[in-house]
Amino acid sequence: MTTQHAPSGLIGASVRRVEDPVLVSGKGCFVDDVQLPGMLYMALLRSPYPHAKIISIDASAARSMPGVEAVLTGDDVKLNIPSPVMIPGQKMPPHPVLARGAVHAAGTPVAAVVATSRALAEDAANAIEAEYEALPAVVNAEKALEPGAPLAREELESNVCYTAIKKGGDVEKAFAEADHIVRMHITSPRQVAMAIEPRGAVAKPEPNGDLTVWLSTQSPHRVRADLATSLGYPEHRIRVIAPDVGGGFGSKGPLYREYVLACHFALKLKRPVKWTATRSEDFVTVIQGRDQAMTSELALKRDGTMTGLKVRVVANLGAYLCSNTAGPPQRMMAMAPGCYQIRNVHVEVVAVFTNTVSTGPYRGAGRPESVLNIERLVDQAARELGIDRLAIRRKNFIRPEQFPYKTAVGVEYDSGDYEKSLDEALRLSNYDEILRYRDAARARGELVGVGVSTFVEPSGGAGFESGTVRVERTGEITVLTGSSSHGQGHETAFAQIAAEKLRVSMDHVAIRHGDTMAIQQGVGTFGSRSAVMGGGALVIAADRVIAKARRFAAHLLEASHEDIVQTDGGFAVAGVPEKKVTWRQVAAAAHGRPLPGLEPGLQETCFFDPRREAWGFGSHVALIKIDRDSGEVKIEKLVLVDDCGVIINPMIVEGQIHGGLAQALGEAFREQMIYGDDGEVLTGSLINYAMPRAELMPPLTLGETVTPNPFHPLGVKGVGEAATNGAPSAIANAVIDALAPLGIKHIDMPYTAPKIWAAIKRAEG
Amino acid sequence: MSDEGIKIGVTVNGVKREAAVEPRELLVYFLREQLGLTGTHVGCDTSQCGACTIHLNGCAVKSCTILAVQADGAEIVTIEGLARGDALHPMQEGFREKHGLQCGYCTPGMIMTAVYLLKTNPNPTEDEIKRALEGNLCRCTGYVNIVEAIKWTAQKIGGDRVSR
Repeated sequence: MTTQHAPSGLIGASVRRVEDPVLVSGKGCFVDDVQLPGMLYMALLRSPYPHAKIISIDASAARSMPGVEAVLTGDDVKLNIPSPVMIPGQKMPPHPVLARGAVHAAGTPVAAVVATSRALAEDAANAIEAEYEALPAVVNAEKALEPGAPLAREELESNVCYTAIKKGGDVEKAFAEADHIVRMHITSPRQVAMAIEPRGAVAKPEPNGDLTVWLSTQSPHRVRADLATSLGYPEHRIRVIAPDVGGGFGSKGPLYREYVLACHFALKLKRPVKWTATRSEDFVTVIQGRDQAMTSELALKRDGTMTGLKVRVVANLGAYLCSNTAGPPQRMMAMAPGCYQIRNVHVEVVAVFTNTVSTGPYRGAGRPESVLNIERLVDQAARELGIDRLAIRRKNFIRPEQFPYKTAVGVEYDSGDYEKSLDEALRLSNYDEILRYRDAARARGELVGVGVSTFVEPSGGAGFESGTVRVERTGEITVLTGSSSHGQGHETAFAQIAAEKLRVSMDHVAIRHGDTMAIQQGVGTFGSRSAVMGGGALVIAADRVIAKARRFAAHLLEASHEDIVQTDGGFAVAGVPEKKVTWRQVAAAAHGRPLPGLEPGLQETCFFDPRREAWGFGSHVALIKIDRDSGEVKIEKLVLVDDCGVIINPMIVEGQIHGGLAQALGEAFREQMIYGDDGEVLTGSLINYAMPRAELMPPLTLGETVTPNPFHPLGVKGVGEAATNGAPSAIANAVIDALAPLGIKHIDMPYTAPKIWAAIKRAEG
Repeated sequence: MSDEGIKIGVTVNGVKREAAVEPRELLVYFLREQLGLTGTHVGCDTSQCGACTIHLNGCAVKSCTILAVQADGAEIVTIEGLARGDALHPMQEGFREKHGLQCGYCTPGMIMTAVYLLKTNPNPTEDEIKRALEGNLCRCTGYVNIVEAIKWTAQKIGGDRVSR
């Protein structure tokens, strides 16, 4: 561990987290911890039907119950969740905050109550009588495209929200000239993000007409803008505070109905209103991830050269569009060729409404689907062509000297060395040895498999991020970042960056985030973007502050600013180290008597937009064994080698990989949101949705390669989603490797014991 | 509300507290909303996640599984009661030292469970630690460093050996 007082060498050190003393003491402040005088509590009545007409809602009993201050239905409040048009021509059916006329997914709120306590609000919500007429529902996106399928949104003519295509090269020619074509149909299971803190909101009307809103959100500024639009309330009168946020994984990105309703009640009643989701509510209201069905063809030459790729993705959007619902399918398309040189690519997304919870970004957000698709195809191609799976990968990798490399779908990768990554994963896994182990076990009739995935991990993007560096009058440093944290350790990692750049100790740096009144602007934390985007903004702002500070230092030291150099804790005249000033002296000068030609103050802001994403990458290897009698899959070895460029804090990076891996194992083995064919929610609680527990975690080996990002001031790339992107595919390839001797070509995740057992029984006849 | 409730007396973090509670009030909401001890968290409504774990008469208990009235006369320790002034409990130190937390929401419950584990089993094996965490869910850390934190703490507070 590097001491926190070392003024340099901080970038790259496993500094213990600044955030932790408060959090381990139970002194954090999450949204539900906010208690205000006179606060009311909101509860909602939600539709049990996935698709129904609302015949009537009788709230008269609820209105007269003790403690009830107000009851609203869709007839009383006609506000909608705004959603941007992401794809030209996409259908935009309304997303009302309270259902009007019909409900399109189980869990849709039809009435809202505020009362003087949580319990009284829930009592009153339960006393509202709603009468429905059930309509036919559809939950599977591919079935929703079949002729005669029920309409998920009865006001539309079909279930298709949009069709989008990305393509490049001459795909028809590639397929016409192919020696071999591999065809597969692969689906990714629908998953629940399951941040352990449920969503929540506290809305407080201020005497001057302002509105303060505490939200459990990943994107305070973006949500504030959407909230202003939804409410029709001036954005600059709304202050959104994201206090401590208990995990998000993408799911706390968008604006949700309950946030608008809490604000609406608060403004109407002129009293603070709190709403906290129950876990059961979050199960049927928070955007869910994955649920893409991919039908693909990979064209190859006999020697394994990949020449063409066609993918048709049927993406399940759910019933209502959130601001980022179209994100994952777009991401899937943009990285369809993965880390391979495939010059002829056609990817089509058919995005479909169903009577399910809205989908949207969940850790990976299109990346795991895309990696799964191409990595299963490549393994199957190797098998069908009789080529080694490593050889086929090596043959088609984009080579280090080809970067920056523009793919056939028009995306430019910055840098990479995919063979180096693969070699490191093979080394760490003792690959040849585990193959021998597999073959020996196989000879004994055991089901053992080895799987490899090699993948890219795009990060950053989604516009800009902002950073301000301010030197206060006493020389203390305040950093204001638009990248607000929900567990990623921003207050530590960003302080490491700022302290190293400004050559001060970390305890002279305070990182502020998550408050729209304090922070200039921001986008937020998702898509593995914080180190890339927030870090980039911060480092450029720091450079600008240093440049200006040198001018003040030059004045104080009576030297030319070209002769001023940085020293630990301040500045000195080059070659005359005893002629020096501290940050405190510089800051005093910047805020004191005006100096000729220098604007007072020592604060600089950068809105950082590198106009490209950062492409990390990795190679994962899995060794698994299947119990033939039970179908249970056990991981015997798992090696994850990831490359995220320059590492700011290795401890935090490893933590990100551990957490992503648990979610990857959930996807691979046990997690799936399941709806009955009639749209009924079958896995709507932690009793029947199988979230990973400590015992699921296998023996684990982490490795790294470091390929600095040449287009970034710190050389960093994102890493937050690496494990969710690569590990499921390595495991899928291992499971199919184990089952291939039985003639099994593919099984969709999750690999639950009953599913594998049934597949074995079928294969054995 | 409190005026109409049932009177209970509990000792929380060494302080005697008397209060009136509704018969249906869960202990976790009593701690959070009446006593202001918001370090104990609620993460689910089916007693699966363990974020609300406290010590009740010396045992780790999910405070969402019992009613406040059932705690009448009990000795309770919450996450706020572990540190001695500014000195963190070794388990709190261990979680920080081994990066056993990210968002920090499950952390108080994890720590209370872990402290109870070491009380009953000062030298747990890795498997015993994982089994002890069966009732506590974390979505950020993949449990890897939580296990490491507990091992670190066991060694620190005098366990003579932690075997794998």
